[in-house]
Amino acid sequence: MRYGDKVAVDGLSLRVERGSVTAVLGPNGAGKTTTLETCEGYRRPQGGTVRVLGLDPHRQRRALLPRIGVMLQDGGAWSGVRAMEMLDHIAALHAHPLDTAMLSDRLGLADCGRTPYRRLSGGQQQRLGLAMALVGRPELVFVDEPTAGMDPQARRATWELLDELRADGVTVVLTTHHMDEAEHLADTIHIIDRGRLIASGSPTELTSGGRSATIRLVVTRPFPDGAPESLRTALGPDTEVTQLDAVSMLITGPADGSTLATVSAWCERHDVLPESLSLGRRTLEDVFLELTGHELVG
Amino acid sequence: MKGTPVSTFAPRPGAAPLHRQVAAQARMEARLMLRNGEQLLLAIVIPVIVLVGGVAGADRLGLDLEGHRAVDVLVPGVLALAVMSTAFTSIAIATGFERRYGVIKRLGASPLPRHGLLLGKVLALLNVVALQLVVLVVVGLALGWQPTLDEPVTTVGSTVLAVAAGTWAFASLGLFVAGVLRAEATLALANLVYLLLMVGGGVVLPTSSYGAASGFLQWLPSAALGDAMRAALVDARLDATAILVLLVWGAVGTLLTARTFTWE
Repeated sequence: MRYGDKVAVDGLSLRVERGSVTAVLGPNGAGKTTTLETCEGYRRPQGGTVRVLGLDPHRQRRALLPRIGVMLQDGGAWSGVRAMEMLDHIAALHAHPLDTAMLSDRLGLADCGRTPYRRLSGGQQQRLGLAMALVGRPELVFVDEPTAGMDPQARRATWELLDELRADGVTVVLTTHHMDEAEHLADTIHIIDRGRLIASGSPTELTSGGRSATIRLVVTRPFPDGAPESLRTALGPDTEVTQLDAVSMLITGPADGSTLATVSAWCERHDVLPESLSLGRRTLEDVFLELTGHELVG
Repeated sequence: MKGTPVSTFAPRPGAAPLHRQVAAQARMEARLMLRNGEQLLLAIVIPVIVLVGGVAGADRLGLDLEGHRAVDVLVPGVLALAVMSTAFTSIAIATGFERRYGVIKRLGASPLPRHGLLLGKVLALLNVVALQLVVLVVVGLALGWQPTLDEPVTTVGSTVLAVAAGTWAFASLGLFVAGVLRAEATLALANLVYLLLMVGGGVVLPTSSYGAASGFLQWLPSAALGDAMRAALVDARLDATAILVLLVWGAVGTLLTARTFTWE
């Protein structure tokens, strides 16, 4: 997908299993929304193939749309329309809609049903957007940043609801830039950065990733030049070293005591004073930083 | 809306029958139009002011218009103005902001097809226009309006034809403007065009009262609608040329809208 000269999504290849929750994870501008909107038939890809429920989302859009639910990142309602009026309207376009009073109750919209859309809070607008995506009882829902702007309580409630959708056999594709959201909700995570897929897998697969330990080293003063290379030489070929910023580094390698000992010794030899040295299982955040870090260097 | 209780999200997708979708869209749009203060101003208040002010002014000056009482000429013109204000200006502005707020985009992901959306808009528009005409006719009668009763069938038939053709012409042009310009630019242009046509477009006053400019004016949709309404309600006549002009504008506007309309 290109916008003018800018390539937004390139060579992205991913599959979504029916009845699963898939998270497309990436920083702002990574191409998440473009990917979703291509699946929803808003955009025609300049190259490659997209099939959603076996249909071409652009050429067979009319057949596809009744079967999917779409939550846009923002907007999507008249400014003067009341929340319940809007939900009822979308319901009326479907053959077997959910009961809108109960759905709005479920999403905590009961109190603002008569409030005009422009006066809803950001979180309320998000929840209305989610309700609009679900009311037609779709097989597949695309939700773009479902919890953006929500307070922690509404966020939890939304997570529960998305879990429930999976239990009822609805396929969910969501975008997020929250690692914890992807880790909590998704069966499969696709990490994309600058329009390219950089990793895919279940949260467990991604965080174990063959290497079982992560050491995060933060020092008091900026590292000397060439520090990552020098540390990698000291640690041996099985280890990956990624400099995160001037004072922190991520080291992933075999989980044995010698790695930690070697890092301490290297710090002493290079007159570097560790502020913190932590050892732990990799988090998705580590995976992401490591992967994009490589991309930045390469 | 009563539907399946939310004990389950188990998929059961499907589109409502098209006529139900269109009816829902029409109800929604009509309700929003009538709720909006600025649109009501345009739809009812300004035409009433023009009518009352015009009649009072003509009475004071003792003016006749081409041998007819002022009120008899002004009422058809003001009815034409009301059609123009809703079909062109209101539709253009509402659609422009629908695009801005992502409503059109959101509906583009719903089962409602593009022609269903347009059909819903047209039905909403016809309902609002009918409501406007009822109000203005009542005000006109109160001011002493006496439409011609020479040929009631011709008068009613020609009026309906003029309103339908005029609505189509102006609505298609309004949708075209909303499709190619930003919401703010649409707002400005739609109001400007409305004002210019109200004053100089041959809609409220007969084309013939503009002197040398009338030869050009009669090809404008505003003058064509005004002339067709006056022919029907003053002279009990079908102004075929004016109707034809409106139909050509409608065809051009529809073609342009179909070419340019997108969901975003």
